[in-house]
Amino acid sequence: MSDMTQASAPGQTPQDSQVSVPQPASQPAATQPATAQPSAQHHAASPQPNASQPNTPQPATLQPATTPRHPRLLPLPARIRRAMSGSWAMLIATLILLATAVIGLIPSFNSQALKQDIVLGTVPAGTDGHIWGTDALGRDVFMLTVAGARTAIAGPVVIAVGAMTIGLVFGLLAAYTGGWVDWLISRVVELMLSLPTLLLAIVLAGLIGGGYWVNVLVFMLLYAPYEIRLVRSAALSHLHAPFLDAARLLELRPARILARHVFPVIRPVVGAAMFLDMSNALVSLSSLSFLGLGISPQAADWGRQLSDARDQLFNNPMTAIAPGIAIIVVSVAMNIVGDWITARADRGER
Amino acid sequence: MKVAKFIGRRLLNLVILLFVLSLVTFGLLYLTNSDPARTLAGAKKVSATQLAAIRHQYHLDEPLWKQYAIWLGNAVHGDFGTSIRTQLPVSQMIGQRTWITLTLALMALAIALLIGLPLGVIAAKRHGTWRDGLITALAVVGLSAPSFAVGLLLLYVFAVKLGWFPVYGLGDGSFADALPHLLLPAITLAVGLFAAVIKVSRASLLEQVESDYTLFAKSRGVPRGTITRWQLRNAALPIMTSSGLLIASLISGTVIVETTFSLGGLGTLLQESVTFKDIPVVQAVTLLLATVICVTTAIIDALYALVDPRLRPSGGHRGSADAPASKEGEA
Repeated sequence: MSDMTQASAPGQTPQDSQVSVPQPASQPAATQPATAQPSAQHHAASPQPNASQPNTPQPATLQPATTPRHPRLLPLPARIRRAMSGSWAMLIATLILLATAVIGLIPSFNSQALKQDIVLGTVPAGTDGHIWGTDALGRDVFMLTVAGARTAIAGPVVIAVGAMTIGLVFGLLAAYTGGWVDWLISRVVELMLSLPTLLLAIVLAGLIGGGYWVNVLVFMLLYAPYEIRLVRSAALSHLHAPFLDAARLLELRPARILARHVFPVIRPVVGAAMFLDMSNALVSLSSLSFLGLGISPQAADWGRQLSDARDQLFNNPMTAIAPGIAIIVVSVAMNIVGDWITARADRGER
Repeated sequence: MKVAKFIGRRLLNLVILLFVLSLVTFGLLYLTNSDPARTLAGAKKVSATQLAAIRHQYHLDEPLWKQYAIWLGNAVHGDFGTSIRTQLPVSQMIGQRTWITLTLALMALAIALLIGLPLGVIAAKRHGTWRDGLITALAVVGLSAPSFAVGLLLLYVFAVKLGWFPVYGLGDGSFADALPHLLLPAITLAVGLFAAVIKVSRASLLEQVESDYTLFAKSRGVPRGTITRWQLRNAALPIMTSSGLLIASLISGTVIVETTFSLGGLGTLLQESVTFKDIPVVQAVTLLLATVICVTTAIIDALYALVDPRLRPSGGHRGSADAPASKEGEA
């Protein structure tokens, strides 16, 4: 886990710029002369506000290589995501995620939110002291929803980081060693990818019945094959790049080549996949909570809240609306950040 | 003989996949408790002799591979034993509920395609405009919003507030009465699907819109309608292949949506049985749903091979430049 966070910290950037410079310089050179002019200003407009984002320092050398590209020549995924990658959406999404994470880290919310008042029972929104009313156990819906931020962010982050760690280990191993190792890993991955993930997760997690963190573990393992495939193909596409030939000529150790030369190049892909994973993981985890599998009935969790809200729709609709909107907003925010990183990576890499 | 080879390989993959699935499903019995006989006895208090009887009845005293063989043999013939919870034959419980899940899934698929395809086409044809932006944004929200959250919000707005739809359940049990009860659940299930349909159809049509042949046809003055027809024909292939992926989310989604709306289909049966640890039912429903998913996906894959001209024996162009149907990133 600490590997991942460290790797995306600014401390690594000088290395990144060193390695990825030959990338944009060599490849797009062929396509650029053919590109038409008119949309250049259209294109230049979007990276600029993004570059002002504090959390992603980008080497200045990348800009000239990317700007003159005609959007029509961009790969399709980038084009689809372009519509969603406007800087305002990204800004709002980042703020939402930061707020959710910060709230999730404050422990005192949890104890306050779980205070029951069975005598009071369900009261509608606007009752004094409870702006969004209470649920069947007399718990304040607003506090409960705020406290639910913790499971909404903790589990998905652990799933994304864990699945990606597995993905990096096996994906890089498969890509770099090739041969029967690659064959075996690819076959196993292919098989696991054909299995219906959510269905299996419901059955496995439900039958094991080990609570929230067991669900997290189940999803981590079920998501890992996607990451292995992703990392493998991303690594393979760079494996014969000149800078890696150079690294091999220097007789660097494979582990060093993978960690310091291959990983920085595939990092944007990895980052994007992790955010998209988090969004999926949030939906999947809360699906399990909604089905009553895993999380304890008392815990503050949006899925669980929605499950309880089914009986309260007439008494206090806020029991459903608050966690429902919360889950949709956070999940969409994770998706937007993931899409935005993908769009950036596509622009910078090819 | 490319087609035969292709289909042969798919078939082999399918067989391996189904084998693994059956192993996983069989293993569920050993997942909950180290002594499966106790699991099968349910919540009842049982004596040692009763446990021994159960063990004998379910062949638990045989070696594992033989247990698996017996279980699989029965399963293939539709015999999954009796439910721990209801003491009814599992196949009977499934038989009573399948039509609900099937109707729900088909309705959702129809809604998703009816809404998703036109929106995807509009987005691709008018790409870069506000309409494209709106549709793409809709797709992103639809893809990331969990169906139970959407379902409860729809339920609140359309059933509680506006009173247009019945709230829970299936009505009096007749098929005609069930349809309106299934409409809101089907719309809920369709939300995630039509978002996926929009994304795929937009992406694959856009590839055609931006292709060289479109540019050429336009510059030669070919009528718009004709160009659109070509584009749609070429875009249909990727849409078809990815619809295989829809089946998985469609069927897994029924579990969530049926629970949300308290419909007594296979999904609720699975959810209840998992909660109750009613293993024979869980095994049966899991194997049934997973097999449907895998087989449908495989059939769609095979159809793709039959439809794709590049996989046909005679016309062997595989180059990317000559055939307009060439798909990017086919590895």
